[in-house]
Amino acid sequence: MEMPNVDPFTIAKKDRLITRLLQVLPDDAVIHEPEETRAYECDALTAYRCPPLAVVLPRTTDEVAAVLKICHDMEIPVVPRGSGTSLAGGALPTADSVILGVARMTDVLEVDYDDRIIRLQTGRTNLSVTGAVEADGFFYAPDPSSQLACAIAGNIGMNSGGAHCLKYGVTTNNLLGVTMVLMDGTVVEVGGAHMDAGGLDLLGVICGSEGQLGVVTEATLRILPKPEGARPVLMAFDDNETAGACVADIIKAGVLPVAIEFMDRPVIRATEAFAHAGYPDAEALLIVEVEGSEDEIDEQLEVIEKIARTHNPVELRRSTSSDESARIWLGRKSAFGAMGQINDYMCLDGTIPVSELPRILRGIGDLSAKYGLDVGNVFHAGDGNMHPLILFDANKPGDLELCENMGADILKLCVEVGGCLTGEHGVGVEKRELMGHQFNEGDMEAQLRVKDVFDPKWLLNPAKVFPLSVTESRRV
Amino acid sequence: MLKPESEEQLAEMVRSANGPLSVRGGGTRHVPGDGEALTTSGLTGITLYEPGALTLVARAGTPMAVVEKALAKEGQRLPFEPMDHRALLGTKGTPTIGGAVAMNVSGPRRVQAGACRDSLIGVRFVDGEGTVIKNGGRVMKNVTGYDLVKLVAGARGSLGVLSEVSFKVLPSAATSVSLLIEGLDVTRAVACMSMALASPYEVNGAAHVPVGLDGTPVTMIRIEGLEGSVTYRAAKLQALLSSFGTVVVERRSGREGGLGVEAGWAWIRDVKAFEGTDGDVWRVSARPSHAPDIVARAGAEAALLDWGGGLVWLRLPEGTDLRARLGDFGGHATRVRGTGPGALPPEPDALATLTSGIRARFDPRGLFNPMTGV
Ligand SMILES: Cc1cc2nc3c(=O)[nH]c(=O)nc-3n(C[C@H](O)[C@H](O)[C@H](O)COP(=O)(O)OP(=O)(O)OC[C@H]3O[C@@H](n4cnc5c(N)ncnc54)[C@H](O)[C@@H]3O)c2cc1C
Repeated sequence: MEMPNVDPFTIAKKDRLITRLLQVLPDDAVIHEPEETRAYECDALTAYRCPPLAVVLPRTTDEVAAVLKICHDMEIPVVPRGSGTSLAGGALPTADSVILGVARMTDVLEVDYDDRIIRLQTGRTNLSVTGAVEADGFFYAPDPSSQLACAIAGNIGMNSGGAHCLKYGVTTNNLLGVTMVLMDGTVVEVGGAHMDAGGLDLLGVICGSEGQLGVVTEATLRILPKPEGARPVLMAFDDNETAGACVADIIKAGVLPVAIEFMDRPVIRATEAFAHAGYPDAEALLIVEVEGSEDEIDEQLEVIEKIARTHNPVELRRSTSSDESARIWLGRKSAFGAMGQINDYMCLDGTIPVSELPRILRGIGDLSAKYGLDVGNVFHAGDGNMHPLILFDANKPGDLELCENMGADILKLCVEVGGCLTGEHGVGVEKRELMGHQFNEGDMEAQLRVKDVFDPKWLLNPAKVFPLSVTESRRV
Repeated sequence: MLKPESEEQLAEMVRSANGPLSVRGGGTRHVPGDGEALTTSGLTGITLYEPGALTLVARAGTPMAVVEKALAKEGQRLPFEPMDHRALLGTKGTPTIGGAVAMNVSGPRRVQAGACRDSLIGVRFVDGEGTVIKNGGRVMKNVTGYDLVKLVAGARGSLGVLSEVSFKVLPSAATSVSLLIEGLDVTRAVACMSMALASPYEVNGAAHVPVGLDGTPVTMIRIEGLEGSVTYRAAKLQALLSSFGTVVVERRSGREGGLGVEAGWAWIRDVKAFEGTDGDVWRVSARPSHAPDIVARAGAEAALLDWGGGLVWLRLPEGTDLRARLGDFGGHATRVRGTGPGALPPEPDALATLTSGIRARFDPRGLFNPMTGV
């Protein structure tokens, strides 16, 4: 993968930069020794690494503004960072950039149960948002699998989703307001605790802008009352087509589950060997979860199982207790770990129209044969967000490239059938060069205009999201 | 009047325009500006509807009624319960799906299912240079590139002319029930609605009418779902809210003198309480707990609360400067009808710079509708 040429003039400014940063930040908030900056050389896309010029870890919005003002002045690129769990290289530094991490900004600023909101600093981890309100019966809905580690900052950066977003939506649907610092140090308040925008919906375009429009330091999030309970039903089928048809029928029936998760045979086998969840050895497996009181859950599962039976499942197992629920979820939750036991893997994230499921799974199978790499599929079936896991050997020369090429082919296929390159992980550096398959020049130009307005000098995370050739004339 | 029949024609008309355009959908709102009229009413038709994938794509000028009918046939609906403005504004015309998007029109179900912008998953539009731009698509999870879908929703046509819009839709509810409590003042009503919305019983409507049809204040809570579940939750909520007074459960047919569940919520959604009245109408978006204070300060002739108090409709004598009365309350006030001061809320300088920067880049020749409140 290509990264922009490093500007030697910027590197030469390092000493001056550190001196100026230390004038506005405490000593412990500026990291610049090479052995220490190394800790920030990558995010969860570990195939690509590059230590930054320096790292700053401010504690307040004012400190963030002071840092950005200096970098703006000195024309030094800045890469915002939450917890660094991006799978797309969104927080990957360049050698001439400053990493601005919000990990020390973790305070809860306000909780209001009457208005059902929480306001916090964005370095707080996703799970600890729920942690702050669950004793009072509330939760924060978007639940990426990385929720123990990832920060709200990165969730906003990537517009992250999770298993339960079929019912509750993704980050953007649960975000009411932000405090954000523009590259020139201007602090803006966008949205608040009210429910809609008075003018242009800037919040809507900020969410998911991958750290390219500003550094988000505080956020107001919608919190929800916890449901009384939740229980899944597990169903297994002889072929993927039938499982796909069953998903469509469930959705059409009028009960909206909180989650519909799909696993194919390679993943089922891997998780069985790894986690022993007691899954049947079938071609396709669905986990469908609904919420409510015990009786409400049974009422909904009744409807869902009736539909499932018309598709002749090889197994239909309703959970009747929290123990059984945990077992049903165990395999799904350990799917990534189980695949990781077999080999290194690359996790894709394209979305497809649900009706194209059988076609795309066949296409992935063909590509797997063509490239000679195994693939397992586990994904959020209700919304068509696929996660094909391509297995490869990182130590085998050429395997990573092979895997990347195969991944690109799968994503192109997703776009071809009416879907998109990424459903929740973001473009980052990983899918940057594929953007031309989904968007034409005009489509991309419209997006670049927005960045032109927020960051006229193109200093914020400049080498991400769009093909380098498209942004070249704009980047300094 | 310009009436493009295709996206290409629309793009061509914008490209060759040499003065401002006054863009409209089905003509249900007064479009400001005196440019050459351009209507999207020639761009009609549902281009894709997959009930099993919960997705619908339609050309922007498609009448709302056509979309709703197609959905109803499959037992589905638009999640955001779009308002019909005609009664409130005293206008005729045909509400279009693109008009709802341009205004981000969202009804009572906003509290649970989100606003129009939350269901919108893709747009195609023509910018001020006559370029066709697409963003988003037809899948409900998509983070590929910037989310211009949300930016365009509610932009009031100021960034471009919509040609096609895509939605995530939802199954309709098997059963809808209203819980009615009479006699609460605004403060108690907001407390009651907050308690209901903070319960696990999935309330998807919470409104307060200070002067009901029979003159008594009425607070309305709605729940929807499968029959057994609705019965269960209705009973739970009845018990939970009992400290606010007698909680009457209204089923489909409606209690005596009432409108019934569906018509009752449509009455809220369309602000029918203000139909045929004089004066300015304002729409205030605020933290629900601020609603009582807002109503008190506004000194309005009439008020209506939706979204658990997060949306306050106010009717005031013509020309009243409501913003001066409210002061800074963290939300915003938009004038929807009448002639009072500036319809759209003023923005702080830093935001105004961003907003005008974006507008200037999407509409460099200043062809499109100025941002207005109606
Ligand atoms: C095991 C695993 C499972 C995962 N599961 C899911 C999943 O289920 N769903 C899902 O959606 N994602 C998932 N992810 C991806 C990742 O966790 C999310 O993208 C997450 O939101 C990133 O958060 P972060 O705090 O780590 O952000 P980072 O990786 O630090 O940054 C992510 C992006 O946000 C930008 N950013 C960071 N902070 C700010 C800020 N303050 N202001 C502006 N921009 C900022 C960065 O520049 C970058 O572009 C998973 C990752 C892993 C490793």
